[in-house]
Amino acid sequence: MSEEKKPAIKKIQATGQMRKIMADYFYELDAAARDDSKKVAWCTSVGPAELLLSFGFHVYYPENHGAMLGATRMANDFIPVANAIGYSPDICSYLTSDIGSFIKKETPLSKAYEGIEGVPKPDVLVFNTNQCRDVQDWLSWYARELNVPIMGVSTFRNIGEMTDEVLAGIVQQIKDLIPKLEKISGNKFDIDKFREVLALSKKCTEMWRDVVETMVARPSPMSFFDATIHMGPAVVLRGSETAVQYYETLHAELKQRIKDGIGAVEDEKYRLYWEGMPIWGKLREMSELFIGLKTAVIPSTYCNSWIFNAFDPADPFLSMARAYTEIFIVRDENFKEKYIEDIVKRYKLDGILFHDAKTCPNNSNNRYGMPERLEKRLNIPTLTINGDLNDLRCYSEEQTRTNIEAFIEQLQAK
Amino acid sequence: MNNQPENFVGIDVGASTTKAIIINADKEILVYSVNNTGADYGAAAEKAFANACRQAGTKGSDRYLVMATGYGKRNVPRADDTKTEISCHARGAFHYFPKDHTLIDIGGQDNKIVKTDRSGKRVNFKMNRKCAAGTGAFLEEIAYRLDIKMDKLNQLAEKAQHDVHIGSYCTVFAATEILARIREGAKVEDIVKGIFGSVVKRVLEMDTMDGNVVMTGGVVAYNPFLVSMFEEKIGRKIFVPPHPQFTGALGAALYSLESKGGINA
Repeated sequence: MSEEKKPAIKKIQATGQMRKIMADYFYELDAAARDDSKKVAWCTSVGPAELLLSFGFHVYYPENHGAMLGATRMANDFIPVANAIGYSPDICSYLTSDIGSFIKKETPLSKAYEGIEGVPKPDVLVFNTNQCRDVQDWLSWYARELNVPIMGVSTFRNIGEMTDEVLAGIVQQIKDLIPKLEKISGNKFDIDKFREVLALSKKCTEMWRDVVETMVARPSPMSFFDATIHMGPAVVLRGSETAVQYYETLHAELKQRIKDGIGAVEDEKYRLYWEGMPIWGKLREMSELFIGLKTAVIPSTYCNSWIFNAFDPADPFLSMARAYTEIFIVRDENFKEKYIEDIVKRYKLDGILFHDAKTCPNNSNNRYGMPERLEKRLNIPTLTINGDLNDLRCYSEEQTRTNIEAFIEQLQAK
Repeated sequence: MNNQPENFVGIDVGASTTKAIIINADKEILVYSVNNTGADYGAAAEKAFANACRQAGTKGSDRYLVMATGYGKRNVPRADDTKTEISCHARGAFHYFPKDHTLIDIGGQDNKIVKTDRSGKRVNFKMNRKCAAGTGAFLEEIAYRLDIKMDKLNQLAEKAQHDVHIGSYCTVFAATEILARIREGAKVEDIVKGIFGSVVKRVLEMDTMDGNVVMTGGVVAYNPFLVSMFEEKIGRKIFVPPHPQFTGALGAALYSLESKGGINA
């Protein structure tokens, strides 16, 4: 095997532009938090952000901060701080690292963006439990700590078919937010503004989908590890023209790579699915390991979770309810298996990696026999890696490496 | 002059011990060598290699082709190539048992279950999660707590007359359970059998045991009674290859031979 060759991650040129728009976003948020005439809303990453934007809120996403804590490997300094005040090491490590960082008054934002001293103080906290209950518990801590109003949408779980009743329940919950948000923002709800934001979000999400879909090409111009970084604007800047423009640039670059036959992995031999959360503190190591093994890890449930096909400005409430409820994480096992099956076939994949994230059960889909069922159904091997999104105490570098290398050796011998 | 290597070496740098095997082009095993791994993987590998060469009586001018495996495989200075211990254990086991089978390898710090089809191809594999429960390290810890030498565990377990249940996943908590059993007056041999029973449970919950079952690894080499407990649990005979501790090193040596166009077993 050639794992000892020094692998080279191919830099995506658009990264510079992404850094710039992300910096602008954080500086703008920071300024808004210091300006009494402006309002800041914290929102879960697949929460009703478009509604908040339509009211003129500057929207901050704690999960994005959680990912930054993981990627900068600061998380493990802060997780024990939250553990010590009663938040278990077994619950979401975004939550524990974020709360810990707040208590310690340290943030990766200060290191990345000179002059920013902390996360922007919220005027309202808005959640959607479509991902998990932890997001509500997370924002509830801030609600108590900062004495800030909290509200949100409680989404049904393990949904098979999207019925009218399910959607009606979500629509009503979104509408119920309006009077409270009017009061906090000081602005009346404007449906035309809401439609306008949703239309921009739709364009952003469609461009992100096109970006992700470039990975169907062989060799794939981008990897899952690149995608986890480049999805940033789809998370925090959807609903803005800036995000749309960014993805147009990125998409053009990736299309050019396809045209030139340039793959993210030199001499790509194997193609894998990544199911579950990234291991944020190990993105580079993982990326280099797979490049060395000539293996492209490409599509993922995680990066696809910010593709909201259902958005329709003509029917903003219902389409938003549908978009945020029909995502993978909310659905039942049958839906999830069919979803993965379709992608495995379309991307012509050789295997599936499941990341069993210790503190993220909702994003760890290996725990109810799915890998074994998919192996039989698709006749491809699967591998489960034990780790975590942020808590590197739950991750064994050497064991993971051995597992991955052995998995590729198994594919080679096939 | 023929420049083809004459000796094919497998070096398995495991968490606890480093094993080396030298085979010839006819797959005959010339020598086995084992020493503790310690903190210097490279030195441990060199020591195992030097011992093996000395025992085999090979000359300095002999040509070797070396395949390294195990946790320290990347630190073996003279390795021509590396392969994971999962592949090497499967390859070594298939050499002695060329049928479809489920392999259980109990190592110093990890357990592996590898399923191989009748052509010798790996179908899938599983390793224990990060926890050491059920591994050699678990037995070492408990032996230390009970102040028993590791090489005495097997004969003690054979003498057991009563079942002692050790249920915890966690090695430390298992040790606490043992303290409770001692307080209750359990005999040490019954406790040791209970510890073996814990290893059996931790391994069997990792995967299904399909068809033929093969067991390898240092723990199996020194504790045949543990194998008989597995047999009792799964209700059929288990095949243990000769020198089960060297299965990974043998697999590495075979891969080394095959990489030079040797015959695939």
